Amino acid sequence: MTKTVTIAHGNGGEENNELIKKIFYKHFENDILAKSEDAAVIEDGKLAFTTDSFTVSPLFFPGGDIGKLAVCGTCNDLAMMGAKPKYMTCSVIIEEGFSTRELEKIVKSMKTELEINGAIVVSGDTKVVPKGAVDKLFINTTGIGQIEHKGITASGLKEGMSILVSRDVGAHGATIFAAREGIELASSLQTDCASLYPQVKALIDAGIHIVAMRDATRGGVSAVLNEWAKSSDVCVEVTEESIPVQEEVRGICEMLGFEAVDLANEGTFVLCVEKADEAKALDVLQRTHTTSTVIATISEQHKGKVILNSSWGTKRFLDLPTGELLPRIC
Amino acid sequence: MGLELKHLYDNFRDGDTIKAYAKIIAEDAKKLKKPINIMEVCGGHTHTIMKFGLPQLLPDNVNFIHGPGCPVCIMPKERIDHAYVLSMQPDVILVTLGDMIKVPGSNGSLQDARAKGSDVRFVYSPMECIKIAQENEDKKVIFFAIGFETTTPMTAVLVEQVIKQKISNIFFHINHVTVPEVMVELIDSRDVHVDSYNNQIDAFLGPSHVSVISGSKIYDKFPKDYGRPVVVTGFEPVDAMQGISMIVKQFVEERCEMEVQYKRVVNHDGNLKAQALIEKYFEKMSLFRWRGLGNVPDSGLKLREEYRDYDAEVLYKDVLPIAEIEDHKLCICGDILRGMAKPQECTIFGTACKPTTPIGSCMVSSEGACAAYYKYGNLI
Repeated sequence: MTKTVTIAHGNGGEENNELIKKIFYKHFENDILAKSEDAAVIEDGKLAFTTDSFTVSPLFFPGGDIGKLAVCGTCNDLAMMGAKPKYMTCSVIIEEGFSTRELEKIVKSMKTELEINGAIVVSGDTKVVPKGAVDKLFINTTGIGQIEHKGITASGLKEGMSILVSRDVGAHGATIFAAREGIELASSLQTDCASLYPQVKALIDAGIHIVAMRDATRGGVSAVLNEWAKSSDVCVEVTEESIPVQEEVRGICEMLGFEAVDLANEGTFVLCVEKADEAKALDVLQRTHTTSTVIATISEQHKGKVILNSSWGTKRFLDLPTGELLPRIC
Repeated sequence: MGLELKHLYDNFRDGDTIKAYAKIIAEDAKKLKKPINIMEVCGGHTHTIMKFGLPQLLPDNVNFIHGPGCPVCIMPKERIDHAYVLSMQPDVILVTLGDMIKVPGSNGSLQDARAKGSDVRFVYSPMECIKIAQENEDKKVIFFAIGFETTTPMTAVLVEQVIKQKISNIFFHINHVTVPEVMVELIDSRDVHVDSYNNQIDAFLGPSHVSVISGSKIYDKFPKDYGRPVVVTGFEPVDAMQGISMIVKQFVEERCEMEVQYKRVVNHDGNLKAQALIEKYFEKMSLFRWRGLGNVPDSGLKLREEYRDYDAEVLYKDVLPIAEIEDHKLCICGDILRGMAKPQECTIFGTACKPTTPIGSCMVSSEGACAAYYKYGNLI
């Protein structure tokens, strides 16, 4: 463990895990926390409970803003445990001098997103801090949801099962990078930021047995697959060609030396189902996004690892993203 | 429909074309009299080769030696310490390119310096320094310049603009290095580790982007004076496979030439305007110390004497450390860069030395050989 916290400790990858395990888990240790799922399952499996903070810069980006993100993020963590989002809290930390008009715009977009989820904000807190103490505006939301599909877990993957993505990957990360770096690209790229509960409900209503489900936020699809491979002690075999990536996202990845599967998403999830449920699940997901597809199967070849199979017959590991995502030099 | 970004890479990753080249190479390699070792000089090539799993497609008698062409990897620790110390000086904003931020020096990385409160920024283009300098007129902006021939012209353009626009708060710490000099070092220098001139390099895959600037002429001497063929090659997997195929054919046909695979951009003379700009502002350092390889004559650049007022190394010479810092004694990066060992032969590879806690030069950047082996694994 390094002596000071660096940006890399918040990347959703290896360093992030180390920080959480060696400091927070060590002192907060309990059985529920130890499961380290997207949301904690409490009250005999009836409720899901989670929290998330939002510090995105810029606050407004193509396809969304920090408000939409703050509701989607927390509601999606609940939805990923098979829960219907019900009650939320909303805490904001505002930098002195922030525009009230922008604040209201952000709160309005939170409202729109709450309605999609059928959730309400029932408690909140507001703090204003001197200039420079935060970057414009940070939001924390906490949510409680009612579990409608039990037993979803990262440790349930078995040989022969199928893994699907709900849409093309990496759009949020690429959008933020393009907006942040000032690369001045003419692009129609938009974040994928969206509430996932409606899709989860459709899967449950179709009678699909959900083995594992996770939204591919920080660390992207590779972080989800690596975590599943480790938790379930299986090998996840990805067909590289099948991973859906928009042209614009690929272009940004090529320029900066990133991989789309490492980029953050805010409205894209990874789903593991029995082979028998594959076609039905795909049909449900494609009703929302035609780009949804099967990307991987489970085997026992290299337990705990994710393997990427190329169309020319080579294999390589798809590792957990490490460090801060930085553009390649030459 | 105009040219889209995808046209620049789509066809060059076509599975069937890659397989077809694998077949040609396998057929030709049967006629080789002895196994050949090809050094891909550039870290970008190492990355392509490992990411796309190309060694899995090659016959046993065609091997890769992973070269020293990663500007972050070869930076000796004392120069990383320079960046760290400069970033800690009062009223300084240290600006550099991407990956450099992660590399640990003896006090930590620039990432650590930033966590301790210093103002470190990474930019995609050095020209962004001008904007930073204008927005922070009371601060000194130091551009910590790194890279091979590919990034040197961008630094030269920045120097020119700083002078033309009379910007008084941008300074430079130059760490630009050149490719041909280190190639000569690798094949023609006494290896201190084994005390011999024994190297295993039979041919070179030359990086195409370097030749976009410097032309293919910089490699003319390798077949002529050193008996090593060079094929200037692009960075997509189809490019790399074609380049390898061209090298194998040279051996089968007993030729020893400089050839260009990446003809769609590279010519013999290169970009003369960029070369003139580099020549105008930079001159060769008599020695530059490469991490893992030691001192290499004429391989580094510095600002010319007349621009010393812009040189942060001159301005801050009283605070910059000068002692050379060696890597851990178990680290075998020197041998790996000379093609005498593979990463997995190192006792600390993947154990003490990992991408998150790199010890040797080949692990520090994603383009180093050890980092590529660690990240993509070896699944043959």
